Amino acid sequence: MNFEGILAQLTAMAVALVVAPLLVGWVNMCRAWLQNRSAPSLLLPFRMLHKLFWKESIVANEATAIFRLAPYVVFGCMLLASMIIPTLSTNLPLAPAADAIALVGLFALARLFLSLAAMDIGTAFGSLGARREMLVGFLAEPAFLMVLFTASLISSSTSLATIVSSLAHRELTILPSLAFAGVAFTMISLAENARVPVDNPATHLELTMIHEALILEYSGRHLALMEWAAALKLFAYSCAGLALFFPWGIAEAYDHRAVLFALPVLLAKLAVGGFLLALIETALAKMRIFRVPEFLATAFLLGVLALLVHLLLGA
Amino acid sequence: MNPLSGQIVNLFAAMLLLIAFAMLSQRRIVTLIHLFALQGAALVGSTATVAFATGQTHLIYSAAITLALKVVLLPWILHRLIRRLNVKWDIETLINIPTMMLVGIALVVFSFNLALPISQFSQSIARGTLGIALACVLLSFLMMITRSKAVPQVIGFLSMENSLFFAATSATYGMPMVVELGIALDVLVGMVILGVFLFQIREQFDSLDIHHLEKLKED
Repeated sequence: MNFEGILAQLTAMAVALVVAPLLVGWVNMCRAWLQNRSAPSLLLPFRMLHKLFWKESIVANEATAIFRLAPYVVFGCMLLASMIIPTLSTNLPLAPAADAIALVGLFALARLFLSLAAMDIGTAFGSLGARREMLVGFLAEPAFLMVLFTASLISSSTSLATIVSSLAHRELTILPSLAFAGVAFTMISLAENARVPVDNPATHLELTMIHEALILEYSGRHLALMEWAAALKLFAYSCAGLALFFPWGIAEAYDHRAVLFALPVLLAKLAVGGFLLALIETALAKMRIFRVPEFLATAFLLGVLALLVHLLLGA
Repeated sequence: MNPLSGQIVNLFAAMLLLIAFAMLSQRRIVTLIHLFALQGAALVGSTATVAFATGQTHLIYSAAITLALKVVLLPWILHRLIRRLNVKWDIETLINIPTMMLVGIALVVFSFNLALPISQFSQSIARGTLGIALACVLLSFLMMITRSKAVPQVIGFLSMENSLFFAATSATYGMPMVVELGIALDVLVGMVILGVFLFQIREQFDSLDIHHLEKLKED
């Protein structure tokens, strides 16, 4: 660990913190355009966070320490996750701290605290949302692991930085297994980030919401942290997808010019990805909650097929 | 034989496997027919790639026959059939779909293991895909077993023929031209006969559920 490494890590953190709300704003903007509405400002999530940080936090009488602790734990997990995933360069001092499997564990920890906090208050919506979140989570995690295992088998390492640099360096070959894994990963990201076929991020209709039901009791700075954590989660998943399936343009070692080049590339890739996400959300309808297991079983199936196809064809 | 054509054949094989699973999990008959046409298109792609990579002219003819028959003619007949039978939506599966997917994965593992020693004897460029072809055959079988209506079973039968054709291409560069022509005509005639048969089933029982065929006499 040297000074340059720490600087690279801090740059990655600052980029994650700034770009994540921008990404949410961009997706909302694209969605508004596609639905023929006048779009909200790109900076709206920032104004929202600013407003919430200056508001008073109100905590229910029955709330225990878990309720107060959860926003910080969730935010911390998401920030760490977006620092482990190679966004700008693959040479990060924190990268050896956690491999692909620990990354899934990190997301699981955040989910656990989110659900515990939602159940802590004892409202009906909280426990309903927590149960649904757990339903989605326990089905999405094995599928996510299968996708990561496929990438690990191809590059024979579970460290994310090594996976990304080996995928970025190989000569252009058609890999059917990565295509399967890519489709599976898209489905998992939609489910995990509470996006349209599984959950509607814009809804406040009580009976259908998952993510909104979990954070219904939060206000003020706690809510701001939760919203920021959700944005960071979307950013982390997008970056993981880009790093695994479109790794070109990422900086190999820490070098100022390479990072300066990697940042616009990342922003361009995120812009395209965000537009595609808005397109998916506009084109699809939200499915019934009882169809979600089928959706995620399909994602798991695709992940397993990716693994099997890799073992059979060696590609 | 360059590595690129081998990769393209692998890609088409992976697509065939994906389509087989999509057909297994599909609830609507119309989409099932679209998927069947897509499966035929993937088959044409892989056959044509093998043909151009190895210079086997008869494979080009068989790719052309597949294109005419399985991508255009048979889906058209099926579309006409379901329009006249007036069945578009309902498919009842006997097992629920996630369970069927898991059974499907087990079948894929089984057939990959089964095909591994066989494909080592083959000299073809696409020998690695024999396992996928076998898996597609078994998945089509599974689809025929788990559907209770007659039209999806017919589509399962046709997709099984597609997979067998793919297995033949990947293992041995296809069968002799006479045999292939014979099979193509057989499938076409079989389709026509099955169409007539479906109408007869509906005349007799007022539904396409083949459970009615299990009884031998009226009670």
